[in-house]
Amino acid sequence: MTSLAAPPVRVVAPSTDTGGRSGRVTWMAVPALLMFLAFAVVPLLGVLALSFTTWDGLGAVHPSGLTSWRAVLADPGLLHTIGVTFLIMGLSWIFQTPLSLLIGVFLAGHQRYREFLAVLYFIPLLLSSAAIAITFKALLDPNFGIGAGLGLPILAQDWLGDSKLAVGVVVFVVSWQFIPFHSLIYQGGVRQIPASLYEAAQIDGAGRFRQFLSITLPQLKYTIITSSTLMVVGSLTFFDLIFILTSGGPADATSVLALDMYQRGFQASLMGPASVIAVILVLTGLVLALVLRRLGGGSGDDSQLEGA
Amino acid sequence: MATMTTVVPTQHKKTAAPQRRRSRNLNWLGGSLSWLWLFVVMLPVYWIVITSFKQQSNYYVQNPLAPPSEATLSNYRLVIESDFARYFVNSVIVTIGAVLPAVLISFMAAYAIIRAGRRSRFLRLTNSLFLMGLAIPLQAVIIPVYLIIIRLQMYDTLLAIILPSIAFSIPLSVLVLSNFIRDVPRELFESMRMDGATEWGTLWHLAFPLTRPALVTVTIYNGLGIWNGFLLPLILTQSADQRTMPLALWDFQGQYGVNVPAVAASVVLTTLPILILYAIGRRQLLSGLTAGFSK
Repeated sequence: MTSLAAPPVRVVAPSTDTGGRSGRVTWMAVPALLMFLAFAVVPLLGVLALSFTTWDGLGAVHPSGLTSWRAVLADPGLLHTIGVTFLIMGLSWIFQTPLSLLIGVFLAGHQRYREFLAVLYFIPLLLSSAAIAITFKALLDPNFGIGAGLGLPILAQDWLGDSKLAVGVVVFVVSWQFIPFHSLIYQGGVRQIPASLYEAAQIDGAGRFRQFLSITLPQLKYTIITSSTLMVVGSLTFFDLIFILTSGGPADATSVLALDMYQRGFQASLMGPASVIAVILVLTGLVLALVLRRLGGGSGDDSQLEGA
Repeated sequence: MATMTTVVPTQHKKTAAPQRRRSRNLNWLGGSLSWLWLFVVMLPVYWIVITSFKQQSNYYVQNPLAPPSEATLSNYRLVIESDFARYFVNSVIVTIGAVLPAVLISFMAAYAIIRAGRRSRFLRLTNSLFLMGLAIPLQAVIIPVYLIIIRLQMYDTLLAIILPSIAFSIPLSVLVLSNFIRDVPRELFESMRMDGATEWGTLWHLAFPLTRPALVTVTIYNGLGIWNGFLLPLILTQSADQRTMPLALWDFQGQYGVNVPAVAASVVLTTLPILILYAIGRRQLLSGLTAGFSK
């Protein structure tokens, strides 16, 4: 083998891969490609196809043209569901972004007590949505929950029984779960800001608050866009948390698209209309991701996710 | 991930800066807010732990935030007797059975894309497909996945959870791993080739050791997601034998909803393995969580 790789090769291909060799590695990408095609790409096309069929989830799949689309689009509930989805998306963005940013900046320091706090702050990241939803459901009990525990009547409300409060609870629990993750992203972002910027600002006599506004924030621009994209697009996929916490209730006050899809498909056995909702979900996600990327002045890079 | 640590010393400088009086005030404010946030984060954790040791008969009498007057392990006994050992084993099988193949095939794909991506249009297209895949939410394709699993006669098996989990781990894994393999100096690949190593040999003897941190990161990221996964087990399994922990938790809560201490014990017990791992490998775990977002 060794004798085959004669010295002249070094002269022939100094900089790039030689053409003939790509065949020897190409096969290595095949297993991943096949798995991904079978369980992600085919289903993505499949969901579009299924939206033009009628299927009860058990029997045969029957083509039925636009029936499902008509049924879903004529349903006044759809607008409500989309509204709730965007409401929860918007509120959780407004709630999470400033807090994650501040906590991230705070945790970027290397003081001992901050490192200690960080260990505890990040605990929610480890818990399953199921565990979190079950915990909060019990903790928010009006009679035996946190209100009674702290002796604060204002915390002893029927949190999950009132439409407006339930939306607030979902936003809060989502934030409780995901702020640690976004803080972690911001912490990384802050630690990458060149220290020379702060030194220059100090020489110019800028205070801490001023430094935050004119150095930290602008420098974190791409981190903010990354984090916001993940928050906004991620919020379309809130399912398990809301499913366990409120099941979309009271009435349909917290019924988001993903939950609506599940209920239509797997509870009411209407897979056609559920697929229509799924298609809407995919399109919404794509549009939002593209808009946010445009806002970030799209570098034309492969993925915004890379640019933290 | 490695780049994050380079700025370390300067932060100290910043704190010990001239603007001492003002920054101390702000520090004080930030300090107290940080303890307030700690309270918000830890209160539910504290509550669930103390509640899990309470007796059901006492639960409605005592202050919910007070430690149990007579601690008991009976809740844990009830949870363990409800077959949680089996659900634990199921979760372990699903997580390991999905993560190891997912990381292996993603690593191979990332290696091929970096080694020959410039030459091969096929590999470039594959890479674009994976990047596009980052935007496909699992929720949106769950109905066709369900149909495929039924047709493959795999409904209500652990394999039904494993296969889609592998597929949905691929895009981010390939992205992160290829970023790291790209950093391996080209000369090293060249000298491996001079020595007559095959691509497969180069993958294992050169790329593998040099990207080990990234492999650990990707393993943790995917592992945590699959361990905590709820939707796939909910839709693709049915019988109690095939239940994973998050689903078992939900089911247990449905059955014993009134028995809050027992529910609390089930939450603590299912979370414990991850907390132990966190205590052992905190840094790896945290860097794993932001895989691909902060490099």
